[in-house]
Amino acid sequence: MSIEVNHVTKSFGIYKALDDVSLKVEDGELMALLGPSGSGKTTLLRIIAGLEIPDENAQTAILFHGEDAARRQVAERQVGFVFQHYALFKHLSVFENIAFGLRVRPRSTRPTNGQIRDKVHELLKLIQLENMGRRYPSQLSGGQRQRVALARALAIEPKVLLLDEPFGALDAKVRQGLRNWLRRLHDELHMTTILVTHDQEEALEVADRVVVMNQSRIEQVGTPADVFHHPASEFVMDFLGQVNVFHGRIEEGQAVLSGLAPASAAAGPQRGHLYVRPHELDIQRYLNGTPAIPALVARINRAGALAKVALTTQDGGDIQVDLPLERLEQLGLQPGETVFVSAKKARVFTPDYVI
Amino acid sequence: MAAAASKPRRKNDPLWLQILMIGVSLAFVGVLLVLPLAVVFAEALSGGVSACFAALSKPAAWQAIKLTLLAAGISVPLNLVFGVVASWAIAKFEFRGKSVLISLIDLPFAVSPVISGLIYVLLFGLQGLLGKTLAAWNIEIIFAVPGVVLATLFVTFPFVARELIPLMQEQGDEEEQAAIALGASGWQTFWRITLPNIKWGLLYGVILCNARAMGEFGAVSVVAGHRGRTNTIPLYVELLYNEYNAPAAFTMASLLALLGLITLAAKTWLEWKIHPHTLTDGGPVATPLPPPANFEPTAAEVYSP
Repeated sequence: MSIEVNHVTKSFGIYKALDDVSLKVEDGELMALLGPSGSGKTTLLRIIAGLEIPDENAQTAILFHGEDAARRQVAERQVGFVFQHYALFKHLSVFENIAFGLRVRPRSTRPTNGQIRDKVHELLKLIQLENMGRRYPSQLSGGQRQRVALARALAIEPKVLLLDEPFGALDAKVRQGLRNWLRRLHDELHMTTILVTHDQEEALEVADRVVVMNQSRIEQVGTPADVFHHPASEFVMDFLGQVNVFHGRIEEGQAVLSGLAPASAAAGPQRGHLYVRPHELDIQRYLNGTPAIPALVARINRAGALAKVALTTQDGGDIQVDLPLERLEQLGLQPGETVFVSAKKARVFTPDYVI
Repeated sequence: MAAAASKPRRKNDPLWLQILMIGVSLAFVGVLLVLPLAVVFAEALSGGVSACFAALSKPAAWQAIKLTLLAAGISVPLNLVFGVVASWAIAKFEFRGKSVLISLIDLPFAVSPVISGLIYVLLFGLQGLLGKTLAAWNIEIIFAVPGVVLATLFVTFPFVARELIPLMQEQGDEEEQAAIALGASGWQTFWRITLPNIKWGLLYGVILCNARAMGEFGAVSVVAGHRGRTNTIPLYVELLYNEYNAPAAFTMASLLALLGLITLAAKTWLEWKIHPHTLTDGGPVATPLPPPANFEPTAAEVYSP
């Protein structure tokens, strides 16, 4: 089922959590809403679920499969919602937690006890907790609880799955495992899924498309590769990974930045920032014609696929360079040496004329 | 219990200090609580068990017991419903005047019970604001059973709500939201999710409420007057004592004390019941970590030419 959100604004008192946001999620897509806390991503998810009501506005519309869903109650929207802190029913067993959505149905549409049992067992198998039905939430680990929360949401056979920071409270290893599992599950079920996260790695890894949000607005929508390699704004560039920022001017379409390579600079005579990711920088021992800035090697960290080299420029600025380990060996770098940093690639975002 | 065993002994406090402090506490409790209680029971039994039964089987004694049960039987269920409604409203909704409502719920704790009795006399008494109207309709409240019930209701008003408000605020409404999202109606959510989550706290509040309802003296004494038919157990005890009928007075007092002891036992059992429950529910392994309050984007290295 596709979901369309048009011109949604939501205020809490004087605070605007969402400011005229529009978004379309295609049928069967796994979409990630990514942004820092306070960017409005959870509010948007809750509005889609029907747990929040958007501000009154004639243009505002929430369409499920092209049909207006704004007036529908939460239960009628047929969404499966997974809460950040699981919100499992503490006093019910895992089995009863999963069965809850079926047991509360009106008598006419309620499955028989046998059907409920079969359905719950099927879901327990899906979440790989087949023998845990009798346990209580307090007896489960964080990852297991989250899977139970997911099974509980899936039990009502929703048309849409909405996940609010589902792995936010778990440790890194468990996160990674659940993330892969969620992706496989989505590939099996092909259910339209929206995932809220503040973890850029999670969003880029698991989603078909990523919505980057900032300050109650959408900054960019695109595939993970799109938003990573072609960020639409400084914010997206900065949020999606480590970045070196160089200040400078742009003259005649050329970025003039203390010796660094001119970027593929957008035309414009203004002051701008030059953004370079750590892996897009290179280190040389000697000047060889390419524009470069001198810097002092401060620290070298070899733990990882790439070596992380921290450098300090003459006027005290920090530069972060990620080098392949072979390149590091080849250079034979030592802390305390002065080297030259050049850019293989850089981006320029000219600031808007907003004062 | 494991928690008590693993608790390290404070080495800094000298032994004599520990003994002194524990001794003072025990002496206080002994002299001020245990001793008088023992005296009450001893006095009641001083005339023999048959005297006790004789005192209890008097019609006036029965009258007092019945009225006490009636007052508690009406005020406890009403306060239970009110307590759940009020704490639900306070814990789950945002509205103007919320803090005023919380303060008002505490009012019966803050004012002397005598004053709460007097309020009703001024309101419903013959010379009171509504006295004329009530007299015209031939409705008796003050110096009658309704007055006793009203006064009991007033003084026991905060117990259930006070117990539930912090509990429900702490639990939040995530589970309720989850139930709603799964298609449960408001009524189903209350019976299947909210009530099971608050049941021990609710029972605790009810027990305290009941203890106060049966034991209240001040407010009831003002509205009951001094007629035989509006005596509750505490009022009857005073009446008997003033008539120098000590054995009967102490028999009734023992009955009241016994009710108090049962309440205390029930309360202790509940605390024991609630405590391990919350321990397993909120232990260090079980508690999910809160997400970072502020997301810090990866540090951007800044170079200014």
